[in-house]
Amino acid sequence: MSNEINAGSMADIAFLLLIFFLVTTTIASDKGILNFLPPKQDPNVPPPDIKKNERNIFNVLINANNDLLVEGEYRRKAEGLDKDFKEFIMNFGAPDEDAVALFNSLPASLQSQALRKPDSSDHPGEAVISIKTNRGTSYAVFLEVFDNAKRAYFDIYAERVGITADEYRALTGDDEASKALQDKGKEGIPMAISIAEPDKLGGN
Amino acid sequence: MSKFRKKKLGGSDQINTSALPDIIFMLLFFFMVTTVLREQDVLVDQKIPQSTQLQKLQNKTLISYIFIGKPKNTSLYGSEPRVQANDVLIGSPEIVQWVNQERDKLPEADRGSITISMKVDKDVKMGPISDVQTELRNADARKVLYASTKKLDQE
Repeated sequence: MSNEINAGSMADIAFLLLIFFLVTTTIASDKGILNFLPPKQDPNVPPPDIKKNERNIFNVLINANNDLLVEGEYRRKAEGLDKDFKEFIMNFGAPDEDAVALFNSLPASLQSQALRKPDSSDHPGEAVISIKTNRGTSYAVFLEVFDNAKRAYFDIYAERVGITADEYRALTGDDEASKALQDKGKEGIPMAISIAEPDKLGGN
Repeated sequence: MSKFRKKKLGGSDQINTSALPDIIFMLLFFFMVTTVLREQDVLVDQKIPQSTQLQKLQNKTLISYIFIGKPKNTSLYGSEPRVQANDVLIGSPEIVQWVNQERDKLPEADRGSITISMKVDKDVKMGPISDVQTELRNADARKVLYASTKKLDQE
């Protein structure tokens, strides 16, 4: 006879608990794409009249058949849209003083992406990506376009501070080092993605 | 050979299983830590779309979930996409009230930063989503998370 306590049934108890948790478990999935909605509009105050040059707005329309109209051009798929967004944001067509300073502060790899087209955005501070859908547009397609727009911005931010986009998105901003990195990426390049109210076509 | 024989004399024939509970406990702890107990039944279809630019929220207590999709029980609720908050399907006008209830559950300092996680089915159209967002704006809950799962890059 040994003097050890018989621990054999311990495994059974643990198994029972294990199976309970296996069955009741859903692995947490709090991941997603963050969006900030605009504030509520006061019906008594007319919406501010914003004058913006057409060249500073990158229009993406998605109709009820999930076809895309990107800056007046028909497109079937949203794939690769992030490249166009990136080109548009980093165009630096007519930078003002601040924008020139911003441009000079960027790493060379980003500077070389400035195409300086006269018919594209003046500088990143002015550039706005506008996404407009119909009520009948599929949510999946909208999210894909939105995802591409976010990707363009995160790519730029990450390249600016010299890390990968995945690393940049994982920054929490909780501690000072990551907050500083986050702010350095964003500084002067606001994430301007405008989502217009869908119009009535093709939906209910 | 003699070495082995000697050992066999003293011990029993059984395999030593005393490490088994430790292993099982380890698994158990893993599942306990990663677990979120299901608080509610989801009454609508949930095929979450995939995307690449996912961000993870730090503070889970600030998140409230809203589910949008075609009802699973079409004979009872019809086949049009519906909004579920907590355990019930609600109409758009009730969203403001629901947001205020959720907000009251939070500590005072955090009430401004409530986040609504919208779990929307792939097949839903933008119409109902925009209605919900309008209501969220009315309720001043403007931080929205479009729940999504990771899509593998083609590049």
